[in-house]
Amino acid sequence: MAELYGIFLYFVFLLTIGGIYAIICLGLNLQWGMAGIFNAGVAGFVGIGAYSMALVTTRFVPLTGVQALDIAAGLVAAMVLAGLTGWAVARICLRLRSDYLAIASLGVAETIRLIFNNEDWLTNGPRGINNIPRPFDGFALPWNQISFMLLTLSLMLGVYLVMQRLKYAPWGRTLRAIRDNEVSAAAMGKDVSHYRQVAFVIGCAVIGLAGGLQANYFKFIDPYIVDPLLSTFLVWVMLIIGGSGNNRGAVAGAFAIWAVWSLTELISMKFLGGLASKSIYIRVFLIGLILQVFLQRYRMGIFPEFIGTPTDKKNIRGKLRQ
Amino acid sequence: MRLAELINFYVIPGIVIGSIYALIAIGITMTFGVMRFANFSHGETMTIGAYLVFALVTGAGMGFVPATAIAAVATVITALLVDRFFFRPLRGAPPIILMIASFGVMLMLRSAVQFTWGVNLRMLYTGIDRPWVVFGLSILPRHALIITTAAILALCLHLLLSRTRIGTAMRAVSDAPQLASIVGIRTEAVIAATWAVGAVLACIAGVLLAVDTQLDTQLGFRMMLPAFAAVILGGIGRPFGAILAALVIGIAEELTSFPWTGTQPLISPSYKGAVSFVLLIAILLWRPTGLLKGTTGTAGGSG
Repeated sequence: MAELYGIFLYFVFLLTIGGIYAIICLGLNLQWGMAGIFNAGVAGFVGIGAYSMALVTTRFVPLTGVQALDIAAGLVAAMVLAGLTGWAVARICLRLRSDYLAIASLGVAETIRLIFNNEDWLTNGPRGINNIPRPFDGFALPWNQISFMLLTLSLMLGVYLVMQRLKYAPWGRTLRAIRDNEVSAAAMGKDVSHYRQVAFVIGCAVIGLAGGLQANYFKFIDPYIVDPLLSTFLVWVMLIIGGSGNNRGAVAGAFAIWAVWSLTELISMKFLGGLASKSIYIRVFLIGLILQVFLQRYRMGIFPEFIGTPTDKKNIRGKLRQ
Repeated sequence: MRLAELINFYVIPGIVIGSIYALIAIGITMTFGVMRFANFSHGETMTIGAYLVFALVTGAGMGFVPATAIAAVATVITALLVDRFFFRPLRGAPPIILMIASFGVMLMLRSAVQFTWGVNLRMLYTGIDRPWVVFGLSILPRHALIITTAAILALCLHLLLSRTRIGTAMRAVSDAPQLASIVGIRTEAVIAATWAVGAVLACIAGVLLAVDTQLDTQLGFRMMLPAFAAVILGGIGRPFGAILAALVIGIAEELTSFPWTGTQPLISPSYKGAVSFVLLIAILLWRPTGLLKGTTGTAGGSG
């Protein structure tokens, strides 16, 4: 019975973090899948969201006096600050070609990490910030965990619905038109750079929201949150495998890769013995290999992008993106 | 006195790190020119080279020069195997797909190094160097070694590209891929040669950097941002542009820490990593084709 309970708690943990990753993935899907903007600096925006939450809920207390409202304010701040940073980046970088943008956005994330690491007065430097409140922490175990999971999953569902709405709205169709042929979209009178900027900013705000939740969940953050491995590359693998351009794919990819990532950890802890401490490297290798297999065999991902409206009886399979 | 300080502690270290950036940037700019994609896994090639030398020197007790020669061959083989399994199946795919594949290769190569050698800091070279002093200028012997090695390698590269058939073919494919294949240049041979040149230079750069500082598994990844800045500033597909740009970036990084006004550094040295990023953005906005006009206007695209 105790073992079953442990497994149950583990699944709650899996779904919570999976939900946070799914939100990041939905944000990246808006940027890359729908708008064709290559953001290799995802980790930077996750970090901004997380630090916004940490600062609002620990440095400026009592903000409202009610913890729930503080956390809500933290989430809003996470989205607004990540969005504003995204806007500044967009103003400068979005006119770049996508491979140049990838390099530049990697630099954005690195610069953000340096700021978190060096501006001690604000971020406490490498020591990080602790005592970040987690909502529902007053409840007894397992209800606090379950409640936070439900909060995360419902936020994920909300983001998903908004993204679906955006995708099938004229706005999303314009975005895809720009992605597939920028020149012809401009010739149709669409303001290409405006559409791309707005898509990038919304995507960054969504990624920031996930960062804020991450700070709540772990109750502690340090500049390590801007680690490109866990917050950028893993998310990219999730999106490519799930199917970029498809919101369902983004969510499915996030949960699938997160499950592979953490279940392999569990398995290696149980069976690998002395090698367990090195298992993380085997797992990273595995993730890289999965990405290669999908790129070579199933480039459209598990849920390929569908062009059409959700009400279409027969969805037309999106043609392979050029 | 201040001038000597500027040169000894800022300009010379700038040239040293710039030389290392140059050796890495050459490989990136050549794969970019020939295969049209930004290869993010190149830094890991460098890390592998450095670790192989570390294993041969500390494990097998070899001297640095033979160890580097063997490691360079092994690094070339690694690069060719990576190409065979992960990049060749994607030939003809959009460059952005190849770039994503290079992210995956990066994760795989790095985790392989971390699995084999662990993540602890290693010293490839210990001991205290006394600087050589000439007319108030002082330079550490190992810094002189790095600059000389880089200069010799640049000369070799020049001879390879201008005096040999394969070198000429490499330039031809980089400048005009379709024309090159029409006149019968074997693209696959050129691609293999490009990987080989890049891997040898990356391996040597890794050893030099590890000798100058220390060896860790993030060694190569940390070099990627300045190296890419050098590639773009130098003009894609232009190895000598990349060398020039790498020196500019190396020196610029050091000069931003010089106390130009008073006693405080202009920009805190802890922000050195952001200097190449700011330069990169400035270049991309001001002159996206680089100092020497680059070749690949067609790479990337919007998706």
